Amino acid sequence: MKRSNTFLLTMLGFGFAFFYVPILSMIVYSFNASRLATVWGGFSTKWYGTLLSNAQVGKALTLSLEIAVISSTTATILGTMAGIALARFTTFRGRTLFSGLVTAPLIMPEVITGISSLIFFILLGQYLGWPAARGFTTVTLAHITFSMVFVTTIVQSRMLSADRAIEEAAMDLGAKPWQVLRDVTLPVISPAILSGWLLAFTISMDDVVITNFTTGPGTTTLPILIWSKVKLGVTPDINALATLIVLTVGLCVLAAGVGMNRAERRAERDRRLAYRANQ
Amino acid sequence: MTEPLVRIEGVSKSFGSFQAVKNVSLQIEKGEIFSLLGGSGCGKTTLLRMLAGFEAPTQGRIFIDGVDMAAVPPWERPVHMMFQSYALFPHMTVEKNIGYGLKHDAMSNAGRQARVREMLELVQLTPFATRKPHQISGGQRQRVALARALARQPKLLLLDEPLAALDKKLREHTQFELMSIQERTGVTFIVVTHDQEEAMTLSDRIAVMDQGVVRQVGRPGAVYEFPNSKFVANFLGSINAFDAKVTAIGEQISVDVPALGQTVIARAVAGVSVGQSLTMALRPEKITIHRAPVEGANVLAGGVKDLAYFGKDSLYRVALPSGALVSVHAVNAARASDDERLADWDDKVWLSFDPASVLLLTD
Repeated sequence: MKRSNTFLLTMLGFGFAFFYVPILSMIVYSFNASRLATVWGGFSTKWYGTLLSNAQVGKALTLSLEIAVISSTTATILGTMAGIALARFTTFRGRTLFSGLVTAPLIMPEVITGISSLIFFILLGQYLGWPAARGFTTVTLAHITFSMVFVTTIVQSRMLSADRAIEEAAMDLGAKPWQVLRDVTLPVISPAILSGWLLAFTISMDDVVITNFTTGPGTTTLPILIWSKVKLGVTPDINALATLIVLTVGLCVLAAGVGMNRAERRAERDRRLAYRANQ
Repeated sequence: MTEPLVRIEGVSKSFGSFQAVKNVSLQIEKGEIFSLLGGSGCGKTTLLRMLAGFEAPTQGRIFIDGVDMAAVPPWERPVHMMFQSYALFPHMTVEKNIGYGLKHDAMSNAGRQARVREMLELVQLTPFATRKPHQISGGQRQRVALARALARQPKLLLLDEPLAALDKKLREHTQFELMSIQERTGVTFIVVTHDQEEAMTLSDRIAVMDQGVVRQVGRPGAVYEFPNSKFVANFLGSINAFDAKVTAIGEQISVDVPALGQTVIARAVAGVSVGQSLTMALRPEKITIHRAPVEGANVLAGGVKDLAYFGKDSLYRVALPSGALVSVHAVNAARASDDERLADWDDKVWLSFDPASVLLLTD
């Protein structure tokens, strides 16, 4: 018993080390005074200063955020509609094809999606004259295409687990189909829609491959910027940028954890209320 | 003759090759509690869903208050449904749930609020008005569902297994509450249930359904005491059923029952002829058990093979010399200890029953 405990703890230690030592070393080296990424030259915060005064990074971050907000919002609208259709309309012509087409990007290698998007945009440009050049529009369109499927999947599974009778009850009480959608269906699946949006946003924010294929000159998102900078060698300001990203993500996770904890306590209180109401 | 509230004319419903409802015709009067009783898959819920408008009949027509419902969508029917799962809106408070239907009526805000308050009082949920459905108990949820369905004053209320999700004690209480609410509001109820006791206590009339077909319609007493088929007799309560052949018809009918090894005398009924094969059935509570031999026409001798003691009554399974088993239900009217019981395992007993209690079933 004691021995297996030690063994488990050791393995756990290794596991955590495997995950976090690289990140920790990156954070430590972002405070490196030396210009060389692998040589410690004393403590300094100057790379953060360099980073903040770097207009290129600020521009790339803004661009990434813009693309992420627009693409995830559009993908959420389209994906929600597709998810509802797939869950509710079990028999329509071409349903299997539609369902396949919607979920195919989920398993398609990103390189393939990237290349095909590129070719498609070039052909469109040749024959229709739009989009004239690759850039903001094409990247956003490509992001919508591949992040929509995640929203669809989440919304569809939520719809399938929801009680169909709730919608029927609303209809029975005098609500027309669009009122049922507004008053009942959308509020009930809203958590799924929100998590779909968050997922689409995250995917768009950190995508390199597909963006690389569909972007043009002057449209550099944050991941692309990091990627191209690293190609020239890891500099401490990249370490500083990565540290800031880790910090942001960490704060988000912490906030989500606190929120979940609170929701759990509220659910516990509701259970007690329901139990007492029974007495 | 006045027009019944609901007129179902030759309604059938098929799902692909499966026929869920077969040529059902029913008339339901205003102010009635009418039950559709049957096992799962008998078509009772499908029939209910056709009344609500969620399914369209493959054949036949449904009239509510004289209006053909074929082209009327669910949201325009003067019919509300209480769902088996209650289907409360989880994101709305009790108040909002009850008031939801009223939003679709031309009604002043004050009128709407007054109606919601009235409904809350009717189901005694006023203190819980601002709670969400997951913050109240199962019984309370059931009452919210009822209040929500009644708020718009429907002509007809459909209840899909209204008591199935409640525990036994609460179910009995709620049964009476449902009846009193129906009396006070005067709304016609159609109740779907698989529970025969529930159907018997709640309803004015029962339709017993089996495999999409209505087997018998009538008052609870009539359906129980005068079932028209072995299926109905068996579904409502229990029976001892034996194959029999009519041997003589006079003032009374004599049937030969090989399994009992003797002739049984039954009250005269129409529609049987000498030599006809039919089923002779007896309800267990119609048989009297004796410790000593008795005189009379319908007497059987046997030994107690099994005994189940329920407290207020006991069930005896008596083996006859022919090997047939007869179930007898006897009320434990006198207080007795274990060794002074009416009859015990392996005791020799005599069973007697009235010719009027004998059921002759041709179907």
